Parts: sequence; C-alpha cells; structure tokens
Amino acid sequence: MSRRPHCEGVAIARSEQAVSSLRVLDETATPPTVENPAIEKETRGKEELDVPWQVVVHNDPVNLMTYVTMVFQRVFGYPREKAERHMLEVHHKGRSILWSGLRERAELYVQQLHGYLLLATIEKIG
Amino acid sequence: MEICRHGDALEIFDLDPFLAELLRQIPASANPEGTPAAEQRLFSPPADASEKEMRAEWKLYVEPELRRLFRSATETVAADLAQLNGKEKTFANCTLRIPKEHADAWLSALNQARLAIAAKYDFTDGELGDHYRSPIGSRRDLSLFQVNFYGFLQEFILQELEVR
Repeated sequence: MSRRPHCEGVAIARSEQAVSSLRVLDETATPPTVENPAIEKETRGKEELDVPWQVVVHNDPVNLMTYVTMVFQRVFGYPREKAERHMLEVHHKGRSILWSGLRERAELYVQQLHGYLLLATIEKIG
Repeated sequence: MEICRHGDALEIFDLDPFLAELLRQIPASANPEGTPAAEQRLFSPPADASEKEMRAEWKLYVEPELRRLFRSATETVAADLAQLNGKEKTFANCTLRIPKEHADAWLSALNQARLAIAAKYDFTDGELGDHYRSPIGSRRDLSLFQVNFYGFLQEFILQELEVR
C-alpha cells in the first residue's frame, strides 16, 4: 500500500552506486589539488580572543530569590552559599558578575541563563 | 487548595474552580505574542547595544532555540493540565497531578507566565510585594494575583526539588 519501501530501495541502490564510484576514484585518481586555495580570514582577531569577558546577571523584580539561587547552582555548579551570595548581590546591588573568562564559554553561560529566563549579559572586561 | 508530594508526583488537590481556571491559563499567559513588552522580557538581548554583531547572531541562532525550549515546557504543562478538562462546569474541587520529571517544565512555564504578565502590566516593586491584594478589584489586580499564585507554586516545586 505504501510507496515508501520502493523509494527507500531506490535510495539504497543510488547510495551503493555512489559508494562504488567513490572506490573507483580512490583507486585510480590522484588526489585533487587546488591551484589557488581560498583561505578564510579569521573573523575574530587574536586581541579580541584574548580579552576576558564576564557574565553579568541583572536584577529583575519578578524572578524568585530561591529560583535564581537554584539556577546559579545548576549553571555554574556553585555551592548553595556561593549561589546565594551572588543572588543577594543581584538583589541589593542590581547586578553580579557570575563568571569571567573566554568569550565562547561566557556566551554559553549567558545562553543557559536566558534559558532559565534570567536577565544576563556578556561584557568585555576593561 | 492543598499541595503535597505523593509518591513520584506533586499533587494539588481540593483545587477550587477559580484556581483551576488560573492554572489552565498558564500556557496562554506564557505566550508573549502580541505583547511587545513581554516579548522583550522573555527574549532580552545578551549584550549592550554596542555589541551589534553579537546581538544579530543571537537573534538568528540562539533565539529560535530559546523559543523551542520555552514552547516545549508550556506544551508539557498544557498536557498535564488536560487532567482538568471537562471539569469546568461541575464547580467541584479537583486534583492535579504533576509528575516529578515535569517539575522543570512547570518551573519554566510558570516563570514565563509570571514574567510575561508582569511585563504586560508593568507592575511596580511595591505591587509585586503586595501578597494580600484581592484579585476582585480589576483585571490588573487579578493579573497580580495570578503572578503571586504562580510564584507560590514555583516556590513549592523548588522546595520539593531540594528535598529530593
């Protein structure tokens, strides 16, 4: 009734054909060379990569204090006391620096914090 | 209304029709569509305005992931809330069972709803701290009650997660 198995058969036959032609290429041809290879330029300079970044969490009056503490424990693996200290800093001072280091990791942390709906940003240090 | 842990689930029982209706509204309240302030709060920028490139990349790659994550949580909650379906007209108190493995989805959906409602009504710190205001006065008062009721549920779920 379904036409799906027929399609799969065709796909398998095609892929087998492709594999066998690859084998032929592998055995007979020399590796292809490119005369003028295009070299992709680095999008981020070395200086930018070296600059440390920090993850900042900002206060908002809606998120519960217990919830924010739990998020800090989960995302950064901080013990409860440290997580609470940061939570209270956010609450009283409006912001707290949770982590600092390489940009990629900082971006990942900010993404996780946004997944928990906290107001978090990444900032360059200095 | 009472809440307790029963085996591997949280049970909210003796739930009166008014509170049951507030629970039913979680998925709709969590949806920020059509409310720019709520949309802005749920999808806040990851850096200040000077980081244009980072913000553009975030919008393109991260925001769709966050939308999927939030939607998945509200869908889980909506499926649990189906237990309340068909009880709208009986006015009898009912029970809602939240499986332990859905606790994170509930925390997320409740938070989405609280943040979206608070952004929509632009509640002040003073209003958000007023846990005794009657929900009957106005639509704004009802929404404030909703935010606080959802917060109470979040607290309970967090407490239960900690005990485990």
